[in-house]
Amino acid sequence: MNLDIFASPPETAVRPEAPPATKVSIRQLDFFYGNFLALKQINLDIAERRVTAFIGPSGCGKSTLLRTVNRMYSLYPGQRAVGEIMFNGRNILDTGVDLNLLRAKIGMVFQKPTPFPMSIYDNIAFGVRLYEKLSPRAMDERVEWALVKAAMWDEAKDKLKQSGMALSGGQQQRLCIARAVAVKPEVLLLDEPTSALDPISTAKIEELISELKADYTIAIVTHNMQQAARVSDYTAYMYLGELIEFGATDELFLKPSRKETEDYITGRFG
Amino acid sequence: MNTLYRRRLYVNRFNLAMSLLMMGFGIVFLLWILYTLAAAGFHAFSTALFTQMTPPPGSNGGLLNAIVGSLIMAATGTLIGTPVGIFAGIYLAEYGSRGWLAPSTRFINDILLSAPSIIIGLFIYQIYVFQVGHFSAWAGSFALALIVIPVVVRTTENMLRLVPDSLREAAVALGTPQWKTIVMVILRSVRAGVITGVLLAVARISGETAPLLFTALNNQFWNIDLNAPMANLPVVIFQFAMSPYHDWQELAWAGSLLITLAVLALNVMARAFFRQSKPK
Amino acid sequence: MAATAESLSTTIGALPPRASVVRMPDPKQKRVQFQDLLFRAVARLFACAVLVILAGIIVSLVYGSLPAMQKFGLGFLFTSEWNPVTEKFGALVPIVGTLVTSFIALAIGVPVSFGIALFLTELSPLWLKRPLGTAVELLAAIPSIIYGVWGLFVLAPLFADHVQPWLISTIGAAPLIGVLFKGPPQGIGVLTAGFVLAIMVIPFIASVMRDVFEVVPPVLKESAYGIGCTTWEVVRNIVLPYTKVGVIGGIMLGLGRALGETMAVTFLIGNAHQLNASILAPGNSIASALANEFTEAVGDLYTSALIELGLILFVITFIVLALAKLLLLQLAKGEGRKT
Repeated sequence: MNLDIFASPPETAVRPEAPPATKVSIRQLDFFYGNFLALKQINLDIAERRVTAFIGPSGCGKSTLLRTVNRMYSLYPGQRAVGEIMFNGRNILDTGVDLNLLRAKIGMVFQKPTPFPMSIYDNIAFGVRLYEKLSPRAMDERVEWALVKAAMWDEAKDKLKQSGMALSGGQQQRLCIARAVAVKPEVLLLDEPTSALDPISTAKIEELISELKADYTIAIVTHNMQQAARVSDYTAYMYLGELIEFGATDELFLKPSRKETEDYITGRFG
Repeated sequence: MNTLYRRRLYVNRFNLAMSLLMMGFGIVFLLWILYTLAAAGFHAFSTALFTQMTPPPGSNGGLLNAIVGSLIMAATGTLIGTPVGIFAGIYLAEYGSRGWLAPSTRFINDILLSAPSIIIGLFIYQIYVFQVGHFSAWAGSFALALIVIPVVVRTTENMLRLVPDSLREAAVALGTPQWKTIVMVILRSVRAGVITGVLLAVARISGETAPLLFTALNNQFWNIDLNAPMANLPVVIFQFAMSPYHDWQELAWAGSLLITLAVLALNVMARAFFRQSKPK
Repeated sequence: MAATAESLSTTIGALPPRASVVRMPDPKQKRVQFQDLLFRAVARLFACAVLVILAGIIVSLVYGSLPAMQKFGLGFLFTSEWNPVTEKFGALVPIVGTLVTSFIALAIGVPVSFGIALFLTELSPLWLKRPLGTAVELLAAIPSIIYGVWGLFVLAPLFADHVQPWLISTIGAAPLIGVLFKGPPQGIGVLTAGFVLAIMVIPFIASVMRDVFEVVPPVLKESAYGIGCTTWEVVRNIVLPYTKVGVIGGIMLGLGRALGETMAVTFLIGNAHQLNASILAPGNSIASALANEFTEAVGDLYTSALIELGLILFVITFIVLALAKLLLLQLAKGEGRKT
């Protein structure tokens, strides 16, 4: 049942006067791999219910930056971040932050589709079961809801008990998106989500991203500039660990203010 | 120039022929052993093997108590050793990136893997049999468990390491607590490999004699009390083969065939299971 | 972009409210943390268990050897007398037996393993590689007591009737080394034990050698073939030097196995506490002495002497295996693999 018709216009409707609220605010962020300084003094706001894209040549630090937002780097000794990332009123780089809770609110989809070794149903239910106690009926509804959101319901509804690993690449990636969405995070981080997929799956997922942004704040890393131009509202161009330019996508692509940005976009290097 | 070249060719051909010979050497002995085992073993086979106890010299009998004893101790040893091995393997693969404990454990584990099994038997004798004052199947099971542990640690760790980081990160990205990530996602994805490792460990302990020599000892009679000496195939074979009695020697061959069949079957099963479980 | 301290998480719109509250209640958070800590602690405990086992082995063996160590001191290692009645014990015969059988095992086993590894990597047609490799692994899977039984009933008589008389009449007649091959052809003895031991260590050494041969970069071999080297020359001048660390590691692994091997040796070595220059004569190894005598040992000193034998064996094998492991680790590091 689609409740949208009863809702007031979502905040993502573009109204020129009111700038969107900031969901994640990054201030003076430095990031180290051991002794190597990989991110240098990043200052950036990720707008709520918008898509923010990070672009740049290989090794510029865009994935590194994305992975600081959900503290994924904390899995690995020797990697550390210094600075401030404000989310829901807290600096998530603080030592007291509960990482599991943080990651329940900030979801991530990876470049390589990573279905869990379980059925499609269980893949999606897994994350939900971590934090919510739902009746079987409510869980069924949630799974269906997530698959609908990921544009997978029609393909998956007869196969819910089959293994998630038996799907095609594009379907697996949409399963991962459904899984991430099912726990109702506030932010979705997408790390090159389509680079391992064929063009048709890529198009489907880009369409998905445009729909998802009505409900979620999205940050996407992509090495495909055209994708960034198609999908995002704001774009950050990075090079060698520094944020070179950040702005509304249309402006950045049509009239970049820095020469380095222009060189990259026009393909003069890289 | 020509003679030099000819000599090089000759040397080459000679050495390659030698290598073929060596390969043949290995195959010949394998086939010879298996053939003798099959011939002498089947010759001594009868249903009595599975229905009667080990006899005193000069009378007929079977190997029932030894077979059952081996099964019991192998099962107990595996049940004790497998959890220890899996948890240790989990520690080495998932928690062991910092500190000294993981590298030292890995090193020591590999040494224990190849350590003389008679020393294991001696160790259990010292700390258990001697303290308790008598031989027992528990002691035998402990000794076998100590052989299972290094094998399971090694295979579990290797399997867990094969899991790509992206799967780990995907679970973590949902906010999954670490222990659930390990148990419900990572371990689960290599479940088949870990089981294979356990099967191979069972195959290994099925044939082990030395660790049972001073722990479980042997028992002429039927006994399933773990707290008493228990008959087992390897020690029975040892005793019967070294004896001068013909019917005992026959039983030794039959027992040898049984053990070899079990070990080979377990090995084949383990590898087939592993291969078949790989997703396409 | 203006930074706002608080974002509006509850919104008007298509997003249904979350079933759980935004911030988790503390008890659940603490419980999850506790579970994580407990799991980690258990895993850590069991990892420590491996170290504890090793420590336990060393401590218990030393403790058990103390009476014998106090009575015989260092001389234990060099005395050949072994008399349970007068309670005079010396480890020389078992130590020598262990070393000699292992040496024979390597002397025969290493060249054969090398030949097998060479065949599997360079000569074998593709379709034969898997079955032959499996066959070699099967040799490793056969339990040692089977080797013992087979050796006793099949190989030993063969040696007694054919091989040993031949050896005695040929090499035994030669000066100097002939002394190694003297004596009645009993079949049972150090040579037979060493021979069977060789068959047992071949699969281990051969598979390590094959594994290291296989990772030699093809470019290296191709550059040698390119200047016209024969296969043998490529192996000898390129493959072997490149893999020498791994090869030595594999040999030491085989040595470690041979030193500790019990049942096959016990069946074939003859259980005689006497030193004899001839390898056709019976002898004893540490493992076989333990296997044969431990359960019959009467008296604390006898038992303690046997335990000290066990300690010596453990120390020797530990050193050999540790060296092998270090060598193989060094090899893996050189290839950039993590350990």
